[in-house]
Amino acid sequence: MIDPVKKFSALNDPDLKAAISMRGVWKLFDEVVALKDINLDIQAGEKVVIIGPSGSGKSTALRTINRLEEATIGQIYINGQDIYTKTNDINKMRQNVGMVFQNFNLFPHMSVLTNLTIAPMTLRKINKSEAEDRAMFLLKKVGLIDKAKAYPSMLSGGQQQRVAIARALAMQPSIMLFDEPTSALDPEMIGEVLDVMVKLAEEGMTMVVVTHEMGFARQVADRVIFMDQGAVVEEGLPMQLFDYPQHPRLQQFLKQIL
Amino acid sequence: MIDESKQTANEEKVLIFTEGPAPLNIKEKNRISAWFFSFAFSILTLAGLCIYRPDPYWTIMLFVPDGLLVTFQITLISVSIAVPIGLLTGLGRLSKNPIINSIASVYVEIIRGIPLLMQLFYIYFALGSLLQMSPMVSAVIALSFCYGAYMGEVFRAGILSVSHGQTEAARSLGFNQQQTTFIIVLPQAMRTIIPPIGNECIALLKDTSLVSVIAISDVLRRGREYAASTYEYFETFTVIALVYLIITLLLSKCMSMIEKRLSYYDRSR
Repeated sequence: MIDPVKKFSALNDPDLKAAISMRGVWKLFDEVVALKDINLDIQAGEKVVIIGPSGSGKSTALRTINRLEEATIGQIYINGQDIYTKTNDINKMRQNVGMVFQNFNLFPHMSVLTNLTIAPMTLRKINKSEAEDRAMFLLKKVGLIDKAKAYPSMLSGGQQQRVAIARALAMQPSIMLFDEPTSALDPEMIGEVLDVMVKLAEEGMTMVVVTHEMGFARQVADRVIFMDQGAVVEEGLPMQLFDYPQHPRLQQFLKQIL
Repeated sequence: MIDESKQTANEEKVLIFTEGPAPLNIKEKNRISAWFFSFAFSILTLAGLCIYRPDPYWTIMLFVPDGLLVTFQITLISVSIAVPIGLLTGLGRLSKNPIINSIASVYVEIIRGIPLLMQLFYIYFALGSLLQMSPMVSAVIALSFCYGAYMGEVFRAGILSVSHGQTEAARSLGFNQQQTTFIIVLPQAMRTIIPPIGNECIALLKDTSLVSVIAISDVLRRGREYAASTYEYFETFTVIALVYLIITLLLSKCMSMIEKRLSYYDRSR
């Protein structure tokens, strides 16, 4: 099933200066090939948007970056560190990579404030007042300072997702992963979440975003990657991909969604 | 979109339990009245009997408290051992470590396949005679290991009822497996776990009546002692049954109040 010639690409040296470097990453679910030889370098400060039809492996690709999904074979380096070496503690490495999920996944049994402070206090051993100061600063940034004492079930979807972004930022990560952050939202709430993401991008955060929001991709992305059937089919500047798509499958995909 | 529907399905998962009086659900109003009627019925009947026919009923009531104390004692000790066993068993059944997993699974399979009375006999007569255990110790061991296995299943189901997204979110922040279980998953699972655990506790209290066969003077045995000397079987067992009923009804009320407190973060909009 694995093409021996393609497998060679795993032997190319990863870019150790890049924020994220993937070499020859394959993912197999039983018989299904979810990822086919992904090679990707994302530099610090770069904003990459991954698009593609559902089942194309874009979420899987994102989730292998922090090992929520284990790659079957291949190498992944984060800030020059191999995430598959036993000497590197994956829990330590994940602290440096924030993730935002489609379904928010806020901790429902904790207040918004505690959602933001629990990880820094437990994992970074920051004292309570410092963690809360930082949490309030982040809540102000996402425009939810008045919701600090609320529980997640009292918030709208858009508000929950903004809290989820703030929660990920509370660990002061250098990379942020977004897995379809607006797909579970009502249309009128998509804007408020995208605004926060744009602001974050302007501050220079390294971002990898899986999304169907083509407007956001055009506005923010330094590079757009189109995936289909587990492989990277085409990548380039947003303008290039959206206005002059080369590959027939990308042309077809764009026709369907626009 | 598919993920979302999966998650709401997870959140609405309810554990089904079959033994003992069901803990009250706030949403089911007619069950509150069912509770109320049963409680009023048992209290009034007992009070009526004691007032209008103090002999034998009031005499029986005076004879029973010693036994009640023993019943409570066995229940309390067994519950406080069974709950930790249940938690460990539930975590063990979910463990990815094949050795821990099989130990927990085999334990549950064996215990669930043998009647409690048989276990009690085995521990008291077979092991007890070898190890010189008192009836009380044997009873506590039998009850806590038996209910530990039942509760293990409750813990397992409760932990599984917490959406996998919670685990992913915690792990993505950098929490390790243990931190994720104890800080994020278990506190949420408690809400699903507490009602059936309370139910198991009530069932355990009722099953303490079995220990009367190994020479422990619990309520039931005290009743039998009284009835054996006076031949007032009908009167005695009526009182004992009503006493059990009142206790279990009170306990199920307590459980529903605890349950209410646990859902503080739920849709308080």
